[in-house]
Amino acid sequence: MKRMPEKSRRDFLKDCAIGALAAGAVPLALAHNVNPAAASQPKSKVVIARDAALYGSGNNPEAARVEKLLDRAMQTFSESADPVAPWKKLFKPNEVVGLKVNTIAGPGLSTHVALVEAVCERLKQAGIKPANIVVWDRTNGELERAGFTLSNDLNRVRIVGTDSKDVGYDETSFAYGVVKTRLSNLLTRTCDAMINLPILKNHSFAGVTLALKNMYGVNNNPNQLHADNCSPAVADLNMLTPIRSKFRLVVADAMTACFEGGPMFKPQYSWRYNGIMIATDPVAVDQTAWGIIEEKRAERGLKSLSQSGLVPKYIAVAANADHRLGTDDLARITLQEV
Amino acid sequence: MRKPYLSKLTPLLIWLALAFAFAACRQHAALTTTFFPESNAAPGWTKSPEVRTFAPDHLSDYIDGDAEKYLKAGVKSTSTADYKYNEKVEVVVDVYTMSSAGGAKTIFESEPAMDAQTPALGEAARLYSQSLIFRKGPYLVRMVAYQESPQLPPALLDLGHALEARLGR
Repeated sequence: MKRMPEKSRRDFLKDCAIGALAAGAVPLALAHNVNPAAASQPKSKVVIARDAALYGSGNNPEAARVEKLLDRAMQTFSESADPVAPWKKLFKPNEVVGLKVNTIAGPGLSTHVALVEAVCERLKQAGIKPANIVVWDRTNGELERAGFTLSNDLNRVRIVGTDSKDVGYDETSFAYGVVKTRLSNLLTRTCDAMINLPILKNHSFAGVTLALKNMYGVNNNPNQLHADNCSPAVADLNMLTPIRSKFRLVVADAMTACFEGGPMFKPQYSWRYNGIMIATDPVAVDQTAWGIIEEKRAERGLKSLSQSGLVPKYIAVAANADHRLGTDDLARITLQEV
Repeated sequence: MRKPYLSKLTPLLIWLALAFAFAACRQHAALTTTFFPESNAAPGWTKSPEVRTFAPDHLSDYIDGDAEKYLKAGVKSTSTADYKYNEKVEVVVDVYTMSSAGGAKTIFESEPAMDAQTPALGEAARLYSQSLIFRKGPYLVRMVAYQESPQLPPALLDLGHALEARLGR
């Protein structure tokens, strides 16, 4: 996909919102969320770092380039000259840090092992013991199919699924709004802090899936939360105390992304975006992701998500007064592309 | 008042019902397993031994939110197996058995064709550089490769033909 050399993505999104309004093609949230009056309020930052040569000539991104890309993204996000400093700022050495990856779609469209390894490396350099880093998702099978090697060795980074014999779901039931659910013990009992490592994808019911929707891999009944474009369920789920209180950072894998037919991997609807997205505001990064997917759909001649009845309504719900999980107002999102 | 012969027959009836259900499951598993061509049934293709089968109420365990549209279209069963082409390219093959040909058509036509080739396979087919989807009667077959290779599209078609011949046996 071509980058936009002269305009920032934010400018592009504004242009889309204004220009497409007449054609009836604009996502409602984009049209409604350009609010110049809100510019004086505190802003959420989203950084997108991209590397056109990330994959070289192979089928997988090159590990060394992924590590450099992660550093570029994190250092830009934290305005730091030192690649380790941002991690030290976010995590204390005695904390257990969980990395919630997204592996349901198999090796074609799951959080890349190279990205997870790069994050683990920086966490270790920031003083986190390997045994206190836990890479996890719903099942061992999905993790293995996505290329991860399971490990419960307490001298190494742990890589485990919630379905492991000694893990499971917390007996406590958590509830907010339409959501009543049990959460992975890895989140409720094992981890002090969570890094969310989702994939940039279209979703056949939610419209868009990135940070907020990735939490469907944390609870025991995601199949019951897909009604009405997964809204307000996605927002409600993210309100649950263990998720809200332990979430620290989004490191979104946008190296290969999906503009149609998600959440499973369908190569004909996937493209190499060659990016990593960083944010501490999950709503802002999801709103940004929506714009990227719409842009790609338009480029490939597909209807917009709103024309397809797939507005990711949960994003606006997550930002509303009942949730306040972040901002979906583009005037309050500082987007930096590097 | 309960009739005594009924209470005597109850264990036998339960046993028969369980035996019937067990036999039906085995038969279903055997049928779904036979969908998948064995190694070398198509040149260069190797099949992994495991075949996973998902009933409708567990389909979301496999394909997350995608399950909803298959459920609406009347999916009865989904089976999946892994293959390798020339020991390098990993491919997953899914066979969705719908309750009618209309269900398979609904799913097939809900997906934009984009720049697909349309080979003669089943009742309708789309071939891409890394995937093949086709339908035949109540069956919808999807093959997805995780790596690219110039030889892959014709090889997918070979495997598709081998699988098509086994559908509805």
